[in-house]
Amino acid sequence: MDLYFLQFLTGLSNAASLFLVASGLSLIFGVTRIVNFAHGAFYMLGAYIAYSLTTRWESAFGFWAALLVSAAIVAVCGALLEILLLRRIYRAPELLQLLATFGVTLVVEDGVRLIWGPEDLVGPRAPGLSGAVQILGRPFPAYDLVLIALGPAVLGLLWLLLHRSRWGILVRAATQDRDMVSALGVNQKWLFTGVFALGVFLAAFGGGLQIPRDAVTHFMDLSVITEVFVVVVIGGLGSIGGVFLAAIVVSELNAFGILVFPGISLVLMFVVMAVVLVLRPWGFFGKPLPVSRAGYAARTTWQPLGPRSRAAAGVLILGAVLLPLVLGNYGLGVASEVLIAVIFATSLQFMMSVGGLDSFGHAASLGLGAYGAALSVQWLGAPMELALIIGPVVAAAISLVSGWFCVRLSNIYFAMLTLAFAQIFWSIAYQWVDVTGGDNGIVGVWPSDWASGARAFYWLALAAAVLSVGCIRYLTFAPFGHALRALRDSPQRAAATGIPRRTVQHTAFVVSAFFAGLAGSLLAFQKGSIFPDVLGIPMSIDGLVMVLLGGFGTVSGGIVGAIVYKTASIWLMSNTDLSRMILGGLIILLVVAFPEGIVGTLGRIWGARKRQPAILSQPVAKMGDAP
Amino acid sequence: MRGLFAIMGTALCLAAGTQAMAGEIKVGEINSYSALPAFTDPYKKGWQLALDEVNAAGGINGDTLVIISKDDGGKPGDALTAANELVAKEGVVMISGSFFSNVGMAVADFAKQKKVFYLAGEPLTDAMIWSKGNDYTFRLRPPNYVQAAMLAQEAAKLPAKRWATIAPNYEYGQSAVAVFKELLQKARPDVEFVGEQWPPQGKIDAGSVAQAIEAAKPDAILNVEFGADLVKLVREGTTRDLFKGRSVVSFLTGEPEYLDPLKTDTPEGWIVTGYPWYSVDTPAHKAFLDAYQKRYNDYPRLGSVVGYALVKSMAAILIKAKSTDTDALIAAAKGISVDTPFGPITYRAADHQSTLGAFIGKTALKDGKGVMVDFQYHSGNDFLPSEADAAKLRP
Repeated sequence: MDLYFLQFLTGLSNAASLFLVASGLSLIFGVTRIVNFAHGAFYMLGAYIAYSLTTRWESAFGFWAALLVSAAIVAVCGALLEILLLRRIYRAPELLQLLATFGVTLVVEDGVRLIWGPEDLVGPRAPGLSGAVQILGRPFPAYDLVLIALGPAVLGLLWLLLHRSRWGILVRAATQDRDMVSALGVNQKWLFTGVFALGVFLAAFGGGLQIPRDAVTHFMDLSVITEVFVVVVIGGLGSIGGVFLAAIVVSELNAFGILVFPGISLVLMFVVMAVVLVLRPWGFFGKPLPVSRAGYAARTTWQPLGPRSRAAAGVLILGAVLLPLVLGNYGLGVASEVLIAVIFATSLQFMMSVGGLDSFGHAASLGLGAYGAALSVQWLGAPMELALIIGPVVAAAISLVSGWFCVRLSNIYFAMLTLAFAQIFWSIAYQWVDVTGGDNGIVGVWPSDWASGARAFYWLALAAAVLSVGCIRYLTFAPFGHALRALRDSPQRAAATGIPRRTVQHTAFVVSAFFAGLAGSLLAFQKGSIFPDVLGIPMSIDGLVMVLLGGFGTVSGGIVGAIVYKTASIWLMSNTDLSRMILGGLIILLVVAFPEGIVGTLGRIWGARKRQPAILSQPVAKMGDAP
Repeated sequence: MRGLFAIMGTALCLAAGTQAMAGEIKVGEINSYSALPAFTDPYKKGWQLALDEVNAAGGINGDTLVIISKDDGGKPGDALTAANELVAKEGVVMISGSFFSNVGMAVADFAKQKKVFYLAGEPLTDAMIWSKGNDYTFRLRPPNYVQAAMLAQEAAKLPAKRWATIAPNYEYGQSAVAVFKELLQKARPDVEFVGEQWPPQGKIDAGSVAQAIEAAKPDAILNVEFGADLVKLVREGTTRDLFKGRSVVSFLTGEPEYLDPLKTDTPEGWIVTGYPWYSVDTPAHKAFLDAYQKRYNDYPRLGSVVGYALVKSMAAILIKAKSTDTDALIAAAKGISVDTPFGPITYRAADHQSTLGAFIGKTALKDGKGVMVDFQYHSGNDFLPSEADAAKLRP
């Protein structure tokens, strides 16, 4: 009994820090609609600065002052980021801000390594709180008791701030209806900056609080960010009380989960999120996201390629076919990898741009295809030709199930459920060692003899890419694609004309998974092996980055995005020590320079000059985010 | 198939035109530089030191040894891209390196497929040399099995009967625990395992884990956590009296990479494998230590030794082979002896595993820093299965 009580207390103390970070993210999202990927980076930065200060100010007062000062420093950085970067892109598609903050994360990761060095840092314990208190005859850390008290205290302060101050009232109003607040003459700029700074302050303070318990490392940002997203979504976006409850639920589940299933802790959180989202689509206390009125800005209808553009595309494909004349084996290897990325990005773009379904877990389809192909080679001894069919079919078949749950939701909730499924699949691949080989993966998945040369494989990948892009474009402009776009632009009107939303979106989900699965199967043969990281979050993010970079509002911008991003990351990886920092900087630059993506921006310039529909499409002011 | 490769090879030489200049031998090296700087920074210093020593001593039979180093970001896929670049574009005669087991396994399979010589440094998985071993892959560091065997031997001497285990939930942690259990129970049939925890790597919920293990009331604990997870476990466990009156046996904890960050939190009396660079006083190590400290004004980590011994090994193989042909390299590497800071080692012909060993000792706190005391160096030779047995483990 006493064990369970102590386990409960431990869960509560873990919840406190999680709550701080998550409440910041929730506030920021509620008001600015920014999915702030850099939140984990601010958490990490808070911990690093707090480390430097606490090791210098070694007194009880100094310790707590250090935490507050470091959080304040990071909050100022956050405010500057908001003013200098995010303000420029509020009018861009919402996910672009995710891309920008992802770029910031990359820069910060390399930055802390340059400033604080590569080694893990262990800060001091909290002065006066380093020991334990006896509870029910068992020792319990005194510091954890402070954390347990801190959670509700911060919740109370936030409640007071939001309900008893004018600023807080404006924040709540903006969470409910941004456009109305702006129509009433409130200066949104400073409201956004203030909320962003407050959210970042909470994240950095949460990071600093970890000093006495945790080592400060340059990967603590990624380890916290997914957990925080999960908590925010389970709690209900924009609801601080919901976040508090969700933080407790997640932490307690972890604490008790390891008593019952010591091996399952990795996947538990995501299973819980999936269950919550299936039962309560908007989390504990969340409401359907309010419709943004700006969302119905005019969107020019996409046009299929005209004869001249078709000819241009044909010339480009011919050029690609002849590429082996100029490239050596290594160049062709990279080119094959880029082509696989093109298929992956195109499949994601079909779901996001055509279907309006933003997936944060598209790696699931890629990885399922890869594992499907690799396992069919390993178990059935299937030849490459067969495995290249089995892989995509496996991805599509499993997506048939997961997609059924996902398309019941929309917007960010849809995105988070796809993320949950991707993480569940990842955990299975990672932990089911007997079947998947665990993190040691499956090796020896090499292509058939005829395709094993760099040239032959390149041509195979090229054929697959041309076929995939062709199929997806065909679907986009077929009646099915029109139905899908109608649902994206105006669900109510589409429903009124008799288009069944779930069936159409579910089909799109499965089609997209099929092509992502094809990319995964090719990847398995290109690499000759497959590992759980193909199912991981970074892979999903890569997909998002490629689509957003190419142009979210375009039909096939992802192709350009994939080529640019993949080539740049391979080249940087090979040639610099600071690949993340440079890549991150590049992303930020591109986001500011081309807020509509590379193809989107070029298309607009082209369209304005020619006064006729652009090659691929017109840019989009804003995605409609109706429920 | 072979014909195709020959044609490709010729085409490559003609097209790429990056063949080594006369008097240069190019070797490729891949590691997780951006993902794991705490290990790879000292590692790189180690191999650069060895590289300069090799070239100062006449290089490879008169030719200069050149190492082209690439980052894999900790991802197997990126390591393969880098391996392809090294082989197809740079025209290296062998590849080497890696930290993570899965990256090492990917590169080993690439080596097998492309018929390239691969000298692995750090990856610890047993599969690399045994169940998934191949002709082209050799490895420097002692496998998981050897570390587990050393620790199990010490553990068997303890009076403890009730054991609990804490290990990260992936192949490394799982195989470490499995081998340790098997060997300990073989030596001590009276031992029972009463509790286990498998926290996800990098995300340990240390307080809950410590309490759960404490509740099982074990006499002794086997720990396989390392890095930031280890710090958390030590802090939470110490405050909760988890280690009080219990023996703890711990993988890798004595390596400066993992021990140094703990500073005053270092737990005392743990039985660990590691590298006590401050008190190893063999002449071979002293020479290495002096050269390292003189050049970098810093002390070596275990990674430095791995990097150093890796380059010394590749140089020895290249010198002995007198050719850069892969088959000649394999023939030369089998049974070759190399001098390392830990003494001479041999790459066994049967399973391509070197006999590099490890230090095993106890942790202690000295001047606010963690150190290893009462340690002993065990050669891998004494713990690896015999060459005949090892050969049976390979496909």
